[in-house]
Amino acid sequence: MSKVTIQAAREPRSSRILGIGGYRPSRVVTNAEIIEHIDSSDEWIRTRSGIESRRWASDEETVVSMSLAAAQKALADAGVQPEQVDCVIVSTVTHLYQTPSAAAEIAHKLGTNKAAAFDISAACAGFCYGLSLASDMVRAGTAGHVVVIGVERLSDLTDKTDRSTAFLFADGAGAAVVGPAAGPAEAGIGPVVWGSDGEHLDLIKQREDWRDALRNEIGPTMPHLVMQGNPVFRWASYEMAKVAQEALTAAGVTVDDLDVFVPHQANMRITDAMARTLKLPERVAIARDIATQGNTSAASIPLAIERMLETGEAQSGDLALIIGFGAGLVYAGQVIRIP
Amino acid sequence: MASTEEIREGLAEIVNEITGVPAEDVQLDKSFTDDLDIDSLSMVEVVVAAEEKFGVKIPDEEVKNLATVGDAVTFIEKAGS
Ligand SMILES: CC(C)(COP(=O)(O)OP(=O)(O)OC[C@H]1O[C@@H](n2cnc3c(N)ncnc32)[C@H](O)[C@@H]1OP(=O)(O)O)[C@@H](O)C(=O)NCCC(=O)NCCS
Repeated sequence: MSKVTIQAAREPRSSRILGIGGYRPSRVVTNAEIIEHIDSSDEWIRTRSGIESRRWASDEETVVSMSLAAAQKALADAGVQPEQVDCVIVSTVTHLYQTPSAAAEIAHKLGTNKAAAFDISAACAGFCYGLSLASDMVRAGTAGHVVVIGVERLSDLTDKTDRSTAFLFADGAGAAVVGPAAGPAEAGIGPVVWGSDGEHLDLIKQREDWRDALRNEIGPTMPHLVMQGNPVFRWASYEMAKVAQEALTAAGVTVDDLDVFVPHQANMRITDAMARTLKLPERVAIARDIATQGNTSAASIPLAIERMLETGEAQSGDLALIIGFGAGLVYAGQVIRIP
Repeated sequence: MASTEEIREGLAEIVNEITGVPAEDVQLDKSFTDDLDIDSLSMVEVVVAAEEKFGVKIPDEEVKNLATVGDAVTFIEKAGS
């Protein structure tokens, strides 16, 4: 038996988000356009979801091109060069190649020096899952800088004639650069509170797998997303408020310390219900990017943070609670400092 | 065990907190949808808050049958006894 000691990784250090960037597809899709295909109304969509319009990607705005644009903005925001990036994590459920990963192509096109790269599948919790992985890599010394991207072209998997999803889902990309913090006092990413509940996998899912979709009797079809909206609303509004509370406790803070609340932009009504359940003080700024962006799944949290920085609702250094939740069911929440 | 009036008052408080409808409008004969303008999502919130407040379970399939405030109060009375 060999007696050598495996050299341990470096001492644990602290991590933080250094920069944020987003990409919003060029085409604005109004509720008027949506209701050409479903029996609904602008008023119903606004009151039930808070969505006034959303963005759908063109053929040129691919998962990779949108990710690149978002990641380049985030790197510029962070003041980090592509060669400094050791890992690229992409969360998406709409990169329609099973292999290779979107991350490998993005890492190359970003100009990283052969950074490690992989995709993860955690639906609307994807950004928070990716952020947790990135934070732990930086803390353990596995990576110096990590680019985390949440990107979706949900319009590809949305049935435009389905009343419960056609108005909801949208496209876009959001990215964050995670790197080391100067010391524990500068730590910018709190412990993640996360989990899954596969007992309820039927609540939001792809109707069928690709094999069945392609061999369909009526000819090949897209395996569209289907959702049981009402139980999802209940789960998200209440169970997720509990997870959000646990994330605060894990980080050693209370709602009174918070400046910003950025839940996954699932539905404005879920955001409102969560804010009520959490008893957020008036002064906490709440992300409402969904109004003009729709539900962009893994991309929604970084996109919403970027918007709040642009409008001045959030400032660099603010303490924020973020939480993602969706198909699986899966969820993850953490407290962060806004870069 | 809470009285009918106490349950109605508790429910009225919940409805007011969630929807802004004045608590005094939440009377037994009022329909949640037609009179109080509470939509299906607000109804979910009201139900969850009522479950917590009164320590009862209101199953999803039961919610459809709770058309009026009186229906809800009766259900909570029975479920809690
Ligand atoms: C999708 C959602 C808005 C539907 O709202 P809901 O109130 O649960 O809808 P329901 O299916 O119970 O239907 C309620 C009423 O609205 C009607 N309705 C449903 N979809 C409609 C539409 N697109 N336009 C107009 N009316 C609609 C129904 O026919 C029903 O009418 P009725 O009461 O007269 O029969 C809501 O459930 C939701 O947003 N859930 C969470 C979804 C989400 O965030 N998913 C992503 C998580 S990552």
